[in-house]
Amino acid sequence: MNNKLFHTVAEKHNPPRPLLKNCVMSFIFGGVICAFGQCISLFYLYFFDFSEETVGDPTVATLILITMLLTGFGVYDKIAQIAGAGTMVPVTGFGNAVIASAIEHKSEGYVLGVGGNIFKLAGSVILFGVFASFVIALIKLILT
Amino acid sequence: MLVSILVSFIVGGLICVCGQLIIDVFKQTPAFMLSLFVVIGSILDGLGLYEPFIDFAGAGATVPIMSFGNALVHGALEEAEQSGIIGVIIGMFQLTSAGITSAIVFGMIGALLFKPKS
Repeated sequence: MNNKLFHTVAEKHNPPRPLLKNCVMSFIFGGVICAFGQCISLFYLYFFDFSEETVGDPTVATLILITMLLTGFGVYDKIAQIAGAGTMVPVTGFGNAVIASAIEHKSEGYVLGVGGNIFKLAGSVILFGVFASFVIALIKLILT
Repeated sequence: MLVSILVSFIVGGLICVCGQLIIDVFKQTPAFMLSLFVVIGSILDGLGLYEPFIDFAGAGATVPIMSFGNALVHGALEEAEQSGIIGVIIGMFQLTSAGITSAIVFGMIGALLFKPKS
């Protein structure tokens, strides 16, 4: 059986993905995370000396701190199974990818395990983000 | 105040639905979807569209991973204004450092505190 045929046969026997349910779940969970982020932003705006533009930084840091606790206690994985993209797209998903690989590879030692694998999942986001931004910033500089 | 929370709920939720559609309909991996979102974010900031989007949606625009691409381009261009074309390299991570530094630091703390499962 060649590769193409295998894929078409395998595709036929895959259970259909519940598209509507997945979308509703990711809407609700993603929305709740962003709304929670907005609450944290408002908290920093009112009680600390941040402006509308700088308030994003402490908000992101707080969200990732919460993600660390949820990931460590194994709660984040359970939420992610229900929420799908709702937990991946917010910055908590980036945090989870980094923290989960750090914890998972702890058994291989701190240098080669944690140090070598901490960006295993999140590395592609950083690579393509930085490269695309570099090209775009150069284009914009040349054009203007 | 309540309105801003509601707006960020709806906008953030819609962005996540787009991600879910890329995974389910176009059958891509989550890593591809996230990389695509970051690239889209940096393109939007290159066109000057992301800043008004943040003004409108607040955390609905800053919490999704797209804002990572936005912050990369923004930092690069801000520094380039002062020190010329080399500023693209100097300033790239200037605005993104909160996300990356906290992910690294909390990742290390997490690895120290928690035991891996299985």
